[in-house]
Amino acid sequence: MKPIRRLQWYLVGIVLTLAMMYIISLAGLGLAGLIETGLLAMTPLALAAVGECLNEQAGTINVGMEGIFLITAVLGVYWAEVFESGLWGLLLGAATGAFIGLVFGLVCVYGKANQVVAGMGLNIFALGFGPYLLMSIWAFPGIHVFRHELMFLPQQFTIWGASFAISAVTVAAIIIAVLAYLLLHRTLLGIRIRAAGENPIAVDVAGVSVGHVRLLMCVVGGALAGLGGAFMPLAWFGAATKEISAGRGFIALAAVVFAGLDPLLALVAAFIFGFAEGLAFTVVVTPGVKEVVPFYFVQMAPYVVTLLILTAAIGGKRFPRASGKPYVRE
Amino acid sequence: MAAAVRPMTESAVAVVIGLVAGALLMLAFGYDPVQAYVWLFVGAFGSTAGILESLAFATPLMVTAVTFAVGVRAALFNIGAEGQMYLGAIGAIIVGGTMLLPAGIHPIAATIFGMCLGALWALPAAILKIWRGVHEVVSTIMLNWIAFYFVTFLVRTYLGEPGRAERAIPALPTARYPVLGETLTAIIFVVLAFCVAVAILLWRTGIGFELRLVGDNPEAAKYAGASSSRAILLSFAVGGLAAGLAGASQVLGRPPSWTIYATLGNLLNLGFDGIGVALIGRNHPVGGVFAAIFYGGLMNGGRYMEYHVGVASELVDAINGIIVIALAMPEIFAIIRRRRES
Repeated sequence: MKPIRRLQWYLVGIVLTLAMMYIISLAGLGLAGLIETGLLAMTPLALAAVGECLNEQAGTINVGMEGIFLITAVLGVYWAEVFESGLWGLLLGAATGAFIGLVFGLVCVYGKANQVVAGMGLNIFALGFGPYLLMSIWAFPGIHVFRHELMFLPQQFTIWGASFAISAVTVAAIIIAVLAYLLLHRTLLGIRIRAAGENPIAVDVAGVSVGHVRLLMCVVGGALAGLGGAFMPLAWFGAATKEISAGRGFIALAAVVFAGLDPLLALVAAFIFGFAEGLAFTVVVTPGVKEVVPFYFVQMAPYVVTLLILTAAIGGKRFPRASGKPYVRE
Repeated sequence: MAAAVRPMTESAVAVVIGLVAGALLMLAFGYDPVQAYVWLFVGAFGSTAGILESLAFATPLMVTAVTFAVGVRAALFNIGAEGQMYLGAIGAIIVGGTMLLPAGIHPIAATIFGMCLGALWALPAAILKIWRGVHEVVSTIMLNWIAFYFVTFLVRTYLGEPGRAERAIPALPTARYPVLGETLTAIIFVVLAFCVAVAILLWRTGIGFELRLVGDNPEAAKYAGASSSRAILLSFAVGGLAAGLAGASQVLGRPPSWTIYATLGNLLNLGFDGIGVALIGRNHPVGGVFAAIFYGGLMNGGRYMEYHVGVASELVDAINGIIVIALAMPEIFAIIRRRRES
């Protein structure tokens, strides 16, 4: 896609979002609360989606992000309690994600695994391992509420007299998306990453190990997903539960497909999906509205929006030719 | 026959890897893996009652495994069994719980309606795949979550049992399959017949051949004039019927509840577990039956393990995940084979 055309898309996105916000504020919903929740919901999606963009650009598809979310959400809280700090929980959550990414990378690169099957295996593993951890660490089934002081709370800002909260992790996610874009398109490593996904033989002939490039991106992708996973309990919900990510790993995957592996577009997609979720949350708690719209249908909104946007937006996207295939030297 | 032996050894190796990894996870948290596994296997297969109960656990997995397997045969990654199964259970409650029909026809009508709802829920994913190229991994997961909230809504409102907030209307006695022992009912015969029917469809009919051809070699299929759209549609439809049957089996054929709990607790994860079962059964409907009995045993025995040794029974799911990852790696088995040959 040409840069000019992409710029147009961003403008269209921003205008549409503003129009939507205006309509919503007319309907009597708190706009500031909506944006705050939308940004919170965006953050894990954006982190995982940007990581997955890098991962897939290098040629490895990881559908196991949901699994990484589930495991790092629990372990992030555990680390936070061990080190008495929400920040350490987030960082070590990212480290845990990086470790899972490393194992996944080894399985895919050296085990030459079918990546989708291995990723699904990771999801199934986490589906059991998450509750197993909750039970083994805190001896309580399904949920662990930790001390409120350990929360990594959003910073308060006052702009034009209106108070507004944004998490440092959200800002970091936006910066990381920009950095990922620059890495891919302005650096030598970026060329190698894209070549590893597009034409791995060329990378190999140039004397660079395809396996190492892919492994590195698996670790980076895992770390970002891990940060997103630890973010959910530590900076958002205040508790670790067994179904905490509720399909967000797959919504992030949808964002990646929507973005055609472009980290900046993935950020936009994550914002749209996060906004849909913020809307659902806000509707559920707003008096006057929550009585009219059934709770269960509001809860479906993020998933319906994801399906609709994917249906409308797909097509015309090109994905790296060697993506999803193990590289075997001839 | 030799062709069938290799996949079986590969599955066996992967199962051993999964069990060893499970033991390591138990050691990491200070449990005794030997005692845990003894309780698990004695509980699952140590007595007639245990075996019957394990078979009852295995029944829904046999068919959710078919959903995944028939998808893989058409090169699809249909992980929508979970949502389709919820719809199947709701369908079974609508006909089995709210309609008055004669005893002989009632269970059959309820089963068929549940299967049809399951297939209906698979349809959007098939259409989006054919029409817009939307990847089925994403679309089926989204449909799973939509189904979760939709079914929860129905169970807690229109189909809730009056005065019992925790569950939906149970299937009427006329709609229930006869109990064979413990919680195993005659619906297992319907499930087994369905698995065999799918195997016949895939390997003995023209459309089944087309489906497998599209899955194995899309290029050759195109030259041969096979329709990939028809293959995709058929694969999703059969998968949806199978998942719907799994859901119906939990309502019409699983005492003591004969219904859905408001948390969907008696249905959760049966669809996802089917993925692992299908892979252990090497994506063959009949192989899946044996894999399901093994995995049903793990689920049944997991409760004994939890009760006696204190290991959370969810560990069984973690073991399943590791088995799947091991089976994803052809390299492990290639190394073993090379060792043996040299």
